[in-house]
Parts: sequence; structure tokens; C-alpha cells
Amino acid sequence: MANGVLVFAEQRDGAFKKATYEALSEGHRLAAQLGQPLSAVIIGANIGHLATEAAHYGASTVYVADVVPLAKYSTDGYAKVLVEAIQTAQPGIVLAAATAMGKDLMPRVTARLDVSLASDVTETHINDGVFTVVRPVYAGKAYATVSFRRTPAAATLRPNVFPAATPDTSRTAEVKSIGATIVDALQAKVTDILAAAKGKIELTEASIVVSGGRGIKGPENYYLIQDLADALGGAAGASRAVVDAGWVDHSHQVGQTGKTVSPTLYIACGISGAIQHLAGMSSSKFIVAINKDPEAPIFKIADYGIVGDLFEVVPRLTEQVKALKRN
Amino acid sequence: MKIAVCIKAVPETDTRIKIAADGCSIDRADVKFIISPYDEFALEEAVRLKEAKGGQVIALALGGDEVPNILREGLARGADEAIHISSAGVAADDPLCVGKTLAAALKSISPDIVFFGKHGVGGDNQQVHAIVAEKLGWPQVTVVTKLEVSDGRLRAEREIEGGIEVVETGLPAVIAAQKGLNEPRYPKLQSIMQAKKKPLASKTFSDFGLSAAEVGPEAAGLVITALRLPPPRQAGRKITGDPAQQTNELLSALQHEVKVI
Repeated sequence: MANGVLVFAEQRDGAFKKATYEALSEGHRLAAQLGQPLSAVIIGANIGHLATEAAHYGASTVYVADVVPLAKYSTDGYAKVLVEAIQTAQPGIVLAAATAMGKDLMPRVTARLDVSLASDVTETHINDGVFTVVRPVYAGKAYATVSFRRTPAAATLRPNVFPAATPDTSRTAEVKSIGATIVDALQAKVTDILAAAKGKIELTEASIVVSGGRGIKGPENYYLIQDLADALGGAAGASRAVVDAGWVDHSHQVGQTGKTVSPTLYIACGISGAIQHLAGMSSSKFIVAINKDPEAPIFKIADYGIVGDLFEVVPRLTEQVKALKRN
Repeated sequence: MKIAVCIKAVPETDTRIKIAADGCSIDRADVKFIISPYDEFALEEAVRLKEAKGGQVIALALGGDEVPNILREGLARGADEAIHISSAGVAADDPLCVGKTLAAALKSISPDIVFFGKHGVGGDNQQVHAIVAEKLGWPQVTVVTKLEVSDGRLRAEREIEGGIEVVETGLPAVIAAQKGLNEPRYPKLQSIMQAKKKPLASKTFSDFGLSAAEVGPEAAGLVITALRLPPPRQAGRKITGDPAQQTNELLSALQHEVKVI
């Protein structure tokens, strides 16, 4: 008997990720529509305090695996615990955020349960009690409506797409301990985590992305992009041309062979707008294009277009944003 | 070492997608199919591993008529043999059915390590490698940017938000390659010629002991019921004037319309 919605509530270093709040909020919305309960699963070590927070977002049952061998993420260990929780809760729907962890874990879990997973979903619907989702394919060049044949129906939700609800601190949940049988004998072990440059915001999580294209002319000018991104509290991206030229690391690449982003604001600087790039960013809520070439295809989809020299416009904008934030 | 690499044929990345008459798939007319870009890193890593440790590389691809071409390219890029697994009768939109089919094919080969691209640039599911690892009972390391293999163990670096996870595990294992793992080589004319003489086998799911009930349309857990193009975005406002006027106006828009400052 399928019963309610279960959300894998991802945490790192004892705190939920922003995308976790989005997944819990969407899970709660779906559960309310179905008139069924929401449950949450939290896995890690020294993470028991997060159960209260999951309750505030609407979970009436929280499964907590608070065990030392799971202090660091492991596909194997986390899959065992999540499968245990799903088999106990028997949900009709399982959700997780489409983060690095969600993308690695969820197909493993659903394969073990012999059910299907829809990845990187951007819409969920319940019509006459039937759950369907919409997900981008070809990096957003098309959108597929997907229905499920077996339960639980599982989906990972693209970060930045689903709104996070306001927590209700009066809500409480029943907390159930799981994962006690996990022993320290995992197949693959995370032995270390190497942090990227401190304080930098990850592209796929950022609500503001500033990207640079060939128009920045060389690696020595990428700081213009990074400075504006920093001033706005966002992340710095790049077109494929810039990455392939070796001007910045591939982890910055936005587009069909890079990262697909859905920020509130996307500022494209010196990017002409090849179809592969547009695919990766055209679901941004607002798009600003700054380019010298008035014929650049990026202007056809930009909400605000500045035909101008990025070397004049971008530093000025950075200074003005900094000045505004100081006041 | 026996090294397998699973590759996928996908539309060239500058393809403009058109919806087919059935309303739930793409119009394949005039579409050129290529090796999915991340699979190039997988292939390259497989060939480098063979060059370092000895052994053979077997390339596999599931699909239709578009597959033999990309497998020949895989052979030109250094694979020793190739297997075309026909997608006829397989629920090819369902990653679970695709994963089960590939897992059964890999079981028949029993490689020491299997490479995939981190995702097929098309369906964008990012699932098949993990499903294969699960069905084989092997560990997986996905989104890998660095790999060292020695004495039946591997050490991999994988990309996560804001950092890199270092993962160690034993073999056999499934690795999903991310851009940055290596710099794929272009096949030389001589390798292209040699590739024509390398073995390319054609198989169906039943050759691996699978039934339609396991991987066919009836086994699919998800079904695409509609495919649509995104709503077209309209060109918005052009902000004119000198740079000072332009940034002032943009800043005001970011404050009052976009509301991000």
C-alpha cells in the first residue's frame, strides 16, 4: 500500500542544503494534495538535530540514520539506509534534490527497488491522484512529460526551480532511528574531501550566475566576471569556447556539455549565444546580455540587452553593485 | 586487464530539436548522431588504461542504425572490439531497462572495470551507469575527473558542489567520466583504416539471456507521454545610451524588476 511522499533530505556538514528545503517543500505540497503524510530521511553522523527542521517543513515522520560509518557520503551505505526507509514507509512518491549526491544515490536506490527514476525534474503534477513530472531533455531543448508505471515513483528535483516554503516551527514529527546495522564495511569509501576555493558558490546552486564568453578575450580578464559574480553574491560561469581554450576550469562551463543552470538572474558577458549554450541557461528567470555585437543571438532571448563593450560595462556595474550593497 | 566502455549515440549538440509526429519523441530525420561528448572521456580513459596496464578494450552501445558508426569511431579511438546491442524490443527511454540490458551484456564479458560518460547528452538521465553498477553488485564512482588504478584497486576524484570527493574502492567497478578526466585524442587516418578490420558484433537482448518481460516495453517503469519544445523566450528591452546610462538603468531593473539586489 503506497502511503505518502518520502523525501531524502540531504545534508552536508550537519546542515541541509538549499535544495533540500526545496525538495521538502515540494514533497509537502504533493503530500497535501494527495491528503497523505510526508516523511523525510536524514543520513549522516551527528545530524539528529536536523529532524526538528524537517518537521518544520512538514514531515510528520523523520527517519534518522545517525551512525559514524555514514559521516561521509557513500553510495553503498546511503543506498542501504534509504532502501530500508523506503521499505518501512512504503511511500507512493520518493523525492530527492538533483545534487551531486542525489544524482549518484537515487538511480542506485531505485534500481535496487526495481522502480524507475525521473532525473532533474522541473515540474510535478497530481491529476486525479496520478503523479506525473516534466523534465528537460537535450539540456532543455525539449521537455518530456513522464508518467510512472510502478510505485514508488521516484524523482530528483532540479535545484532553484521549486520554491522553498516558510517553515512552521510549531510542527513536530515522530523520529525513527534507522541504519543501526550499517557496519564499517562499505564497498567504496570517501577518503577525503578537497574543498574548492573557499567561499565560492557552486554554479548549479547559485541564484545569480555571471558568465563570460569569448568576448573576454583572454584568461587574464576572467576576473571581471568573477568580480561581478562576487559582488552580486552569485557564481561565475563560462561558455564552452572559454573552457576549451583553457581560460577557466571546466567546472565553470554552462551549456549542453556543461552545467544546466536555472538561476533567478543570468548575466551573459561577451557570449554570442550558440545553441549549446542557450540550452544550458535559457530556463533562467531573467537573462541579461552584454555584447558588442548587436546581432548576437543571445539578444533574442535576453530580457535586458546591453549592446556595449563589456570591458566598460562590467567593471562599472561591479562597482555600482558594491556601492549599493555598502549602503 | 579487460576494460569495457559503454557509449551512446546522441544527436550532435548543435541540433535543433523537432518533435516527431507521435508527439513523444524527436524527429530523427536529418539528425546527425555522434558519440555522446562525455563518452569520449570514458573511451580515452579506457584506452589509456589499456596502454598503461595491457589488456583489451571492448566498446558497447545500445541503439539502432545510428550505432555502428559510433562504434567504428570507438574502434578508431583505440577500442579493440565492439558490440552493437540492438535496441529493438528494449524500452530504450527507460534507464532501468537500458541498464539491465547493459548489465547482462557486461556480465557476459566480465570486465575488470567499466567506463561510462557521466551522462548521455540527450535523455540527460545520468542514471544508466549507477543502475548497471547496482545490477552487477559493483561499486560505482560517478562524475570522475581523476583516476588511478593499481593492484585491483582504484582511487578516483569526483566532482561535488564546491569541491572534490576522493573515493577508493576495489575492482571490478563502474566509473562515470566527467570532462577534465583527460584530453581525448583525435583518431588518426591509420587508426580509422585499422578500425574497419576490427570485430564489430551485433547482439540482441535475448543473446544475454534476457526476456522481453525483463527489458521490453512492458517492463518499463516510466513512460514519456508527451514531448514539447520550451516556450519561446521573447527578446526583452534593449538598454541604450552610454555605459553609465546603461549600467544605471540595468541596476534599477535588477533592483526593482528582478529584485535580486
